[in-house]
Amino acid sequence: MINSKILVYDGSFNGFLTAVFTAFDEKVSVSDIQREDEYQSGLFSESETVITDNVKAKRVWYGIDKKSHTAIKQIYFAFLSESKGIEMLLYRYIRKLFSKLDTSPSDYSDGIVLKISQLAKSVGREKHRMEAFVRFQLTKDGIYFANIEPDFNVLPLISKHFRSRYADQYWLIYDVKRKYGLYYDLKKVEVVTMDLKELLTNRIHKSDSLTPAEYDFQDLWNNYFKSTNIKSRINLKLHQQHVPKRYWKYLSEKREVV
Amino acid sequence: MSFERIKEKLNILADAAKYDVSCASSGSNRTNKNKGLGNSTGMGICHSYTEDGRCVSLLKILMTNYCIYDCAYCVTRKSNDIKRAAFKIQEVVDLTINFYRRNYIEGLFLSSGIFKSADYTMERLVAVAKKLREEENFNGYIHLKSIPGASDELMREAGLYADRLSVNIEVPTVSGLKLLAPDKNYEDFTKPMLKVKNEILQYKAEKKIIKSTPKYAPAGQSTQMIIGATGESDKDIMYSATHYYKNYHMKRVYYSGYVPVAEDKRLPAIGSQVPLLRENRLYQTDWLLRFYGFHVKEILNADFPNLDMDVDPKLGWALRNMQHFPVDVNRADKAMLARIPGIGMQSVHKIINARKFRKLNWEHLKNIGIALNRAKYFMICDSSKWEKRDLEPSRIKGLILQNSSGKFRKEYSNQLQLFS
Repeated sequence: MINSKILVYDGSFNGFLTAVFTAFDEKVSVSDIQREDEYQSGLFSESETVITDNVKAKRVWYGIDKKSHTAIKQIYFAFLSESKGIEMLLYRYIRKLFSKLDTSPSDYSDGIVLKISQLAKSVGREKHRMEAFVRFQLTKDGIYFANIEPDFNVLPLISKHFRSRYADQYWLIYDVKRKYGLYYDLKKVEVVTMDLKELLTNRIHKSDSLTPAEYDFQDLWNNYFKSTNIKSRINLKLHQQHVPKRYWKYLSEKREVV
Repeated sequence: MSFERIKEKLNILADAAKYDVSCASSGSNRTNKNKGLGNSTGMGICHSYTEDGRCVSLLKILMTNYCIYDCAYCVTRKSNDIKRAAFKIQEVVDLTINFYRRNYIEGLFLSSGIFKSADYTMERLVAVAKKLREEENFNGYIHLKSIPGASDELMREAGLYADRLSVNIEVPTVSGLKLLAPDKNYEDFTKPMLKVKNEILQYKAEKKIIKSTPKYAPAGQSTQMIIGATGESDKDIMYSATHYYKNYHMKRVYYSGYVPVAEDKRLPAIGSQVPLLRENRLYQTDWLLRFYGFHVKEILNADFPNLDMDVDPKLGWALRNMQHFPVDVNRADKAMLARIPGIGMQSVHKIINARKFRKLNWEHLKNIGIALNRAKYFMICDSSKWEKRDLEPSRIKGLILQNSSGKFRKEYSNQLQLFS
């Protein structure tokens, strides 16, 4: 291809939307859109680094939102899946939305539409799982702390849920994999990055940074979890399907088996 | 508080409460007020799952397992020789708040053995809910049990604090109730149900005029029936369920396969298998009635008093009513699409949306996610390939069973041999 370009952006959603803006605005023939930390130069195409511009990003956001609210939501969710090549898939989808051909986010017989709706669905499921599997532990500083390791980058999606639920307590949810967290100080939620000295996962060793009563409550919870099980109905396959093993190390009720 | 003592009580009183199946935390709409604690939005959350695969969404405990009644099916009946315990009101409140703050639970499900009298017991349940709402500014989910025989005044108050109320009817027929719970009257169960239904209706009517009308049990009421304790047919159970849905506006009727908890000649022996498959088929039927537009008489009637165990109830119905098939998925209306075996409501929704853009063929339908191994005998689409043989229903059933696997298959493998 002649004159086709690789657009390189900073990895943020706004950065991606700016890249889309650039592509439309400059009528670039895009051969790929890549995060700068994963950039690989192409043999035949030159690259252009896009500088994130929130105004441009907003224009793209509202442009798509005006076409279809479902579409922008699905695009955002699918983007957070961080799956390989997601940028080009979304770019093609956005082009389709704006082309004269009638494309609708409910046309499930279209391959791209179906793929994006499935990705968005997976991310939505992970969001819901994190709302369920976050386990706060009370630190001596009076902060309810949880570390998580979600499959997809769902912290931005769960912020509102925890903000409106735990409005009267300090809390901090930290994504171990992506190395950033959300901190709520009774007024607002902030994005924080920090050096975690220790991960609070299920270990026999008790951490000094937690209040002593914390372990008593975990113990009560584990006991409750055991007592509420009906042995004659055991169904471990179903259990694992609902609580996949990869989350166990963060769930105190599964401590004994980890 | 003494953690050791609480732990002991929690073990006893959670163990006794676990036979209540409902763990729903959905359907309410309580927002967080004045920077308080918690909210309950429409969507429920299961925070964990027990090893039997059931959702753990609420702290489900009894206030006490002392009971003046002697119902044969119940683990806390008076004559059963077990450890007894009782929570103080403040202990339940503290447990709930501390579990909630750690994101273990969506709220509290509080039930109780009947101690002294129905009203005395109900009062204590209401006191817990009141304390949570008014002193702790707790907006999470609260499910209270309506104690059979509780007064109207208490039921009125309970609904002001709780999101959901429930009375477990437990035995689907009046005659079964007489046999297993001789000291209880049928009316004791229905009276609080009726009161709650009327309060909810009144709340809905008043809310239209005065927006600030205090909420009354916004997540509705539910009930539960034990399956396989006495000899009821599936027809008895589902007709009874339909009665509660219709006359008491139940949000849910739960079916609980009976887990033998006592040696009693009126009941299955200890160690008999829990009828999990039957329970599953009843839930499938319940869904067909509530979401798929089926009438209970179409699925269960004098000729078919029991559900097929080897195929799901929709497939069973379709095999008995082949005159409606095959259905053209590109033309049929929503109601008819919903009746094709192997197509769920999600797929119906996707098909209706997708077919506006093009005619659907097998490939599209497969990607949408319908269960073609069942559906293909009952439908045609934009393709020249479809099941053209004029197959007998029994032959279709055999083919479907041959080409699929089911988690309960080994339980009826004896029946399968008839077809091969």
